[in-house]
Amino acid sequence: MSQTITIDPVTRIEGHAKISIQVDDAGAVTDAKFHVTQFRGFEKFVEGRPMTEMPAITARICGICPVSHLMASSKTVDDLMAVEIPPTGAELRRLMNYAQFVQSHALSFFHLSSPDFVLGLDSNPAKRNVWGLIGANPAMAKDGVLLRKFGQNIIEILGGKRVHPAWTVGGGVNEPLTAEKRDEILRTIPQAMDIIQRTLPWFKKVFEGFNDEIASFANFPTLFLSLVHEDETLSFYDGFLRITDAEGNIVVDKHDPKRYGEIIAEAVEDHSFLKSPYYKPMGYPEGIYRVGPLARLNNCKTTGTPLADKELLEYRSRLSHPVQSSFHYHYARLIEILHGIEKINEILLNPTILNTRVRARARVNRNEGVGVSEAPRGTLIHHYKVDDFGRMTWANLIVSTGHNSLAMNKGVLQVAKKFVNGKKIQEGMLNRVEAVIRCYDPCLSCSTHAYGQMPMDVEIADRSGRVLDRVTRD
Amino acid sequence: MAATPVSTEVVTLKLNDRDVSATRGQTILEVAREQGMEIPTLCFLEGLTPWGACRLCMIELKGSPKLLPACTTKAAEGMEIVLDSDRLKKYRKMILELLFAERNHVCAVCVSNGRCELQDLAQKNGVTHVRFPYRYAKYEVDSTHDLFRLDHNRCIMCTRCVRVCHEIEGAHVWDLKGRGIETEVVADNNLPWGQSESCTRCGKCIHACPVGALVEKTTAVNEMKKRSGFLPYLTTMRENRP
Repeated sequence: MSQTITIDPVTRIEGHAKISIQVDDAGAVTDAKFHVTQFRGFEKFVEGRPMTEMPAITARICGICPVSHLMASSKTVDDLMAVEIPPTGAELRRLMNYAQFVQSHALSFFHLSSPDFVLGLDSNPAKRNVWGLIGANPAMAKDGVLLRKFGQNIIEILGGKRVHPAWTVGGGVNEPLTAEKRDEILRTIPQAMDIIQRTLPWFKKVFEGFNDEIASFANFPTLFLSLVHEDETLSFYDGFLRITDAEGNIVVDKHDPKRYGEIIAEAVEDHSFLKSPYYKPMGYPEGIYRVGPLARLNNCKTTGTPLADKELLEYRSRLSHPVQSSFHYHYARLIEILHGIEKINEILLNPTILNTRVRARARVNRNEGVGVSEAPRGTLIHHYKVDDFGRMTWANLIVSTGHNSLAMNKGVLQVAKKFVNGKKIQEGMLNRVEAVIRCYDPCLSCSTHAYGQMPMDVEIADRSGRVLDRVTRD
Repeated sequence: MAATPVSTEVVTLKLNDRDVSATRGQTILEVAREQGMEIPTLCFLEGLTPWGACRLCMIELKGSPKLLPACTTKAAEGMEIVLDSDRLKKYRKMILELLFAERNHVCAVCVSNGRCELQDLAQKNGVTHVRFPYRYAKYEVDSTHDLFRLDHNRCIMCTRCVRVCHEIEGAHVWDLKGRGIETEVVADNNLPWGQSESCTRCGKCIHACPVGALVEKTTAVNEMKKRSGFLPYLTTMRENRP
């Protein structure tokens, strides 16, 4: 008789989700699914609002990466206004976006995932959280807090507040950078650099102890999608879309992000509110692809900054290229933090960053616009249609986590098959199933930041609903 | 227009137990503000005819069973007035909450966020949450005007736009249509604003509006800066001209 194990909620991710695992009479896993159980409705309720409000409204999609939505939305409004934004305005947006990457990646690595590395995947779940981390390795917990603060502080200096700053607007940004603010940010760079430069060597030693997980954590061939600069360096903000395959071959290159609809389609599945995008020419679900740090490092030639390039070389020499195991999202994320800090420094040292022309002004000049940027979790697509007066009539948002939907489902199944025995469930098995999801650092709602202390209730029930086994976590 | 004759007759009255003097014809609101005493208002704007619509400036008059609006009640000899009793504070808070519940005031994404009279008053009067169910009624945004935008979601029916356009600009673009909760501001007998032939594009209504209902078109969140201080200057110049 088949049984279902449910992990609800999945913890230490951003948002609400559950995992269900089907096991057969022998206790072997036959299927597993990742269900996103929340519904937001942004695409619908923005209809009728002025396009100029869209950056601020869509920023509310997320409390962790409002800046990412500000970037994609502002780029979409730029497109509707049909303007070229002043170079300093674009550079200031990039600056804030790098800060966003650093703070969000720090949150993912230190606060959400490092308890698994420091305390172990089988450790007591009551302590396997950020509080347990503080107890076991207070210096590392402090590093995590400080690195996140570094990024958040830049966002606040530029935009007036840490979460949902109203500084990035269609046409550019609404206030130039002063020399005082620039110097204030520059002073904080050395500490951030020290933190990442001691965390990277630590993690490179630690991950060698996770060979089983590396082998089975969503370790399978897929395509990889990301933005890449014209010179093939790592891009977080502009450039073109590139898709590579599991062998590292370029499948799609120099693809105009505005024409994303030619290569990406979205499938709707009954078990989840999260849509599942796929590479259109290969169809659903064969067109499975991944986005985010792993995809970006697979897709670029170099990062474009010296220290991160050195790390990228080592990353590629230690792991096969392209990297397939989603466990290495964590490693890739740390390299991106290093790159982000280097870029922040580089941008601020260029005197043109203080130029005061930072905004182009225009009204609606097109009825349809697309803005694509990279968010920490992957490629982020905003697509709006407006009437002749600039009022929203239609919106499509393909949020980074969505791209990974198919890969997360496949990853859950792979890990469940390897670690879960339906005859006798142990908490550590289920934590591995959750941990594969955490590799992707999914941002499912962004309004709830669930970690550590969230309760978990796992049941094996037969078809009549009779509970055969139960593991709970308070 | 002939200048209004200035009264010289003086009356004495009490505001919050304080003896004050006033010129006959002055309103309680004028007297209180002259004395530096705070009374919250929303529909009142110096330079426009008082309307008495928002009811935030209600005061207690000794001997009167009902509350009176300070903006339209004239000062009279021997009045004893309370400006800020617990009862008044309770009602003011309730009025503000009802305004939030009536339409869709989403401060976080509003162009007037941080510079909104409704938001300021809510903060000053201790509105930490709204106890009444929101209506979530559907309202349109009129973006048809070349320069300006009218968002009915944010309108509080203060009619400052109606009065400034009629009394100061002399164009009388704005009126009200409907009754009660269905009332809406309309341009030129209910045309899209962009089709209004009477609108002179002067922008006075934008700056008279206390909230994010009437705004400049290219503004994004937090960016609308209103300058309602231009009105006393305009009225003073008009009334004192030879």
